[in-house]
Amino acid sequence: MDETETLLKTPLYNKHVAHGGKIVPFAGYLLPVQYEAGVIREHAAVRENVGLFDVSHMGEVSFSGPDALANIQRLLCNDFSTLQDGRVRYSPMLNPQGGVIDDVLVYRFSPTEYLMVVNAANRHKDVKHILAEKTGDVVIRDASDDFCQLALQGPNAEAVLRTLVPEEQIPQKYYSFLPDVTVGGIHCLLSRTGYTGEDGFELYAAAADAEALFDALFAAGEPFGLQLCGLGCRDTLRMEAAMPLYGHEMDDTVSPLETGLGHYVKFEKPDFIGREALLLAGELRRARVGLRMVGRGIAREHFPVYVGGRLAGHVTSGTHCPTVGPVAMALVDAPFPAVGELVSVEIRSARVDAEVVPLPFYTRKR
Amino acid sequence: MEFKTDRLYAESHEWALFENDTTATVGLSDFAQSELGDLVFVNLPQVGDTVTAGERFADVESVKAVSDIYSPVTGTVAAVNEALLDAPETINRDAFGAWLVKVENITARGKLMDAAAYKAFAEK
Repeated sequence: MDETETLLKTPLYNKHVAHGGKIVPFAGYLLPVQYEAGVIREHAAVRENVGLFDVSHMGEVSFSGPDALANIQRLLCNDFSTLQDGRVRYSPMLNPQGGVIDDVLVYRFSPTEYLMVVNAANRHKDVKHILAEKTGDVVIRDASDDFCQLALQGPNAEAVLRTLVPEEQIPQKYYSFLPDVTVGGIHCLLSRTGYTGEDGFELYAAAADAEALFDALFAAGEPFGLQLCGLGCRDTLRMEAAMPLYGHEMDDTVSPLETGLGHYVKFEKPDFIGREALLLAGELRRARVGLRMVGRGIAREHFPVYVGGRLAGHVTSGTHCPTVGPVAMALVDAPFPAVGELVSVEIRSARVDAEVVPLPFYTRKR
Repeated sequence: MEFKTDRLYAESHEWALFENDTTATVGLSDFAQSELGDLVFVNLPQVGDTVTAGERFADVESVKAVSDIYSPVTGTVAAVNEALLDAPETINRDAFGAWLVKVENITARGKLMDAAAYKAFAEK
């Protein structure tokens, strides 16, 4: 972000302030890091009940035209040729060197109409890249300012929605959506997706309808004890689910294979930007691992990680997670430590033991 | 938000409750715990350590960040509230009861304010 850029407000800024949100700058936006309940209670609400997040800062880029799919296939390393209408798919977007420009979701409305959802902090960089790579007959538009986005997350998210929406208008499959659902009188795209490791929905609506949609969901959630949730628990929730966050587990210099997103890299596709570089790179030189603190201390981002006394990498995200305790993710160089192996994290000049554990730290019970 | 009047406060948001001129317990203000949010980790000095007014002697971590804690007095650590190590959230629940250390042989005090002055400072 340009340092001189003024901080933006989402259409729900006044709601956050009215509900006691503690406002911080994030990705160029003023957003609540937490409400009065605090990170731990907000986190628990999503794991056990239902929470509501404003994620209107996310960017949306629309692709429309006969060559929409061809553009998406070239821009992204996952395979979208098999994506059906009403389905959502995740993918990293790579630079020619095989580093990650961003990670995105793609919604397919029809064979010629798609919506790409991008990280707020990367929006302008992404749009510049996408337009520079544009080929053929397609209209690509940064539609971010048209939308608000709310995330209703947790095991009771569907029950809350059912008080507002007929059952048949609620997408049943994870990573599916319905483009035209009326929620509390507001026209929405209703998507069964999220960034919490829990069941839940993301609702996209016109920015002008943001407050009405927020009020409708908040009121419908009240009998359930719905909790407003800030960025703080969004981070601890995604961390427990080991969902990578751009700028932490990956960036322009980290390959999707290194950060454990190989599942979303489809080499069998004839071409995508970054494919050649990934093939040429050969054996993995570093990898993302999960760490659970054994000694006392919390590993934070950038802290050095030692494997067998050798400086092997650094922590990419780390905190004390409400459900699973003090854990971290780290990028470490080969040879990679095995699950169960003890490594150490340098926490303010002291080396503290941590055990390598499988990711994710938390999986929801189904 | 509470500002107990039985103790003194530092600009760095610690409180010191003096038993006499040379002995005091030290903790974090209610304002500080509220600003920090849910605390999940506490690092404390050991009995016998020397602490110096205005210098870091402990740290606390919330989910999001690490914050240093500065000593309001110069002296020797006589006792450490070890119960906090396993229950840092006690500070959020009862900042004035959840003392961090007891300091004896106090030879100097930092710049400390009474409750009214601290309240005005904190709410500025």
